[in-house]
Amino acid sequence: MQLSDTPAEADFRRRLREWLGKTLPELPAAPDPGDWPGRRAYDTAWQRRLFDAGYAGIHWPVDAGGRGATPSEHLIFLEETELAGAPYVGANFVGLLHAGPTIAAEGTAEQRARFLPPVLRGDEIWCQGFSEPDAGSDLAALRTRAVRDGDEYVVTGSKIWTSHAEVADWCELLVRTDADAPKHRGITWLAMPMDAPGVTVRPLRTLAGTTEFAELFLDEVRVPVGNRLGAENDGWRVTMVTLSFERGTAFASEAVACQREVRELARVARAGGAWDDAGIRRELASLSAEFTALWRLVQWNVSEAAARGVPGAGGSVFKLRFSEARQRLYDVAARILGADALLEGPWAAQRLQGLSYTIAAGTSQIQRNIVAQRILGLPKGR
Amino acid sequence: MHFQVTDDQHQLRRALGELLTDRGPDHPASWRELEDVGLFSLRVPEQAGGLGLGLPEAVLAFEEAGRAVLPGPLVGTELAAAVLGVGGRAEVVRVPARGSVLVPDLPTLDHVLLLHPDDSLAVLPAAGLDATPVPAVDPDRPLWRLEGVLPLGEHSPGARRVAAEGALLTAALQAGLAARTVAEAVAYARTREQFGQPIGAFQAVQHLCADMLARAELARVAVYAAAVAGDEAEIAGAKLLADEAAVHGARDCLQVHGGMGFTWEARVHRLLKRAWAWQQAVADRDRCLDVLAGRL
Repeated sequence: MQLSDTPAEADFRRRLREWLGKTLPELPAAPDPGDWPGRRAYDTAWQRRLFDAGYAGIHWPVDAGGRGATPSEHLIFLEETELAGAPYVGANFVGLLHAGPTIAAEGTAEQRARFLPPVLRGDEIWCQGFSEPDAGSDLAALRTRAVRDGDEYVVTGSKIWTSHAEVADWCELLVRTDADAPKHRGITWLAMPMDAPGVTVRPLRTLAGTTEFAELFLDEVRVPVGNRLGAENDGWRVTMVTLSFERGTAFASEAVACQREVRELARVARAGGAWDDAGIRRELASLSAEFTALWRLVQWNVSEAAARGVPGAGGSVFKLRFSEARQRLYDVAARILGADALLEGPWAAQRLQGLSYTIAAGTSQIQRNIVAQRILGLPKGR
Repeated sequence: MHFQVTDDQHQLRRALGELLTDRGPDHPASWRELEDVGLFSLRVPEQAGGLGLGLPEAVLAFEEAGRAVLPGPLVGTELAAAVLGVGGRAEVVRVPARGSVLVPDLPTLDHVLLLHPDDSLAVLPAAGLDATPVPAVDPDRPLWRLEGVLPLGEHSPGARRVAAEGALLTAALQAGLAARTVAEAVAYARTREQFGQPIGAFQAVQHLCADMLARAELARVAVYAAAVAGDEAEIAGAKLLADEAAVHGARDCLQVHGGMGFTWEARVHRLLKRAWAWQQAVADRDRCLDVLAGRL
């Protein structure tokens, strides 16, 4: 049981730090959040720099063009880039963390050669077409229909909560190919070109006033059968390969960021006088304990994944605690800011954005179901 | 980084776990057996007759002791041997911010390790202390109140270690106790039937149990990490989380047991009473929070 770097890990960390120290000052200013073309250009330029330096797809297998780094090295990468204030994965998120790894695991040689290099180089952006207006937590109830017509599927339906749809080249799309099969067995995974006729993107304004998500409307969109990953009607299993691997390091950067935000809030509290209030001091102290422990839980989960080959059950425990602690962090921020918490600003924006954390990527209620039924082995209700 | 229990650590934990669970809850291992299995000499150097292991091994052992809800002066006896080089039974007692100075199990003790609020330490022979027995809430942890003027303590590296490592070992007890509350609640929820199905099939009960597990798991990992890092603030954070996991876990365990949980014979109350006692021991909630705030 140890937390320190091996000599190889320490060497990896040192080289990465040197590269970040040299590279980050050369970056242009980050674009405005509403400037989607600017965001795409910024995020893909960062990905290209990572690629040129050998840090692209750090956790991807070598035969998929990645670095084949150990889970520990991947965690070091996420920790150091966050500590250095490097750009977030941004528009490259789905390509690097969902679609890419899924194609690497399930794709044919042709599919891997076609789709993976452009993701690593930052040439192509992916978005995710999974959720639908009537298929949220119950994702397998999705109804977007794909009908085979020769060597094409004709796709009709709608998707929601699609991040980066405005600037994406490809969509990893789940469609219903067999309406009569049990709901998990009639789903197929397709790579849909976003410039295909019949694709309409409508930005969705969130309660924070921003357009981080979009709705997709698909009207007889034709997708080549060659863009299908895995067999027809095997899309649920294909997708779960990715989702189960998402859990180990998915929120590692944010866990580091929250530790920094607690220290930043302590500074704000000292400057504004709120620190003299023992109640506020202790709230911050409690958050500090929580986020330190959550970072340790990330290290634990990653070590477990490295030892066993697959992530353990700790991912749901982490997601549950982390999303709720993060919301508490921004509520404490509001307490420290006092009346000014009602004004627009970075903390108010975080507080609003934070409301999504207990909903996105599996609601807290679904996480509790998973913990109760899969980890604790409690029976399913009738 | 390899933040997982090693094979050797696993064996150590299993050996102790087997000794403690084979008997069932009504027949705790004898003090002699705990000594023989090395609970108090794990960290004593080999040339002094110990096993020469470290804090991570000690917290794994104390986690098992907590899971078994062992009575007796566990933490103080380990600290006396490992930190102060003092044999015999001892308990570490923190002078509280409010209320009496209470010593558990006093007649069985050789020494009381009296920690003042400023972390100065007085090592007092137990015999001859001016103390009065007082009725205690926890039936397995009888208490004596120290009377008169308290002896002053001394500041030393050993005193600081007793404060920090005492908090950590108590946190390990609580992490084990928290895991025990999850196991007992889940076992009951699987078998108790109402409305024609096990109550554990209802989401309201499932979510209670899921939150118990999340608290217990986070606390366990926090305790392990604090043992590896050995940092005072991280130890305070681990104690805070482990106390919360044990106390809240015992409350929820009682709730899952319904009316039976309110009875003496169901024994759930013993988990809660012990969690309350260990929460106050060495570093209570406010103390942990103030240590953490001092680092921000």
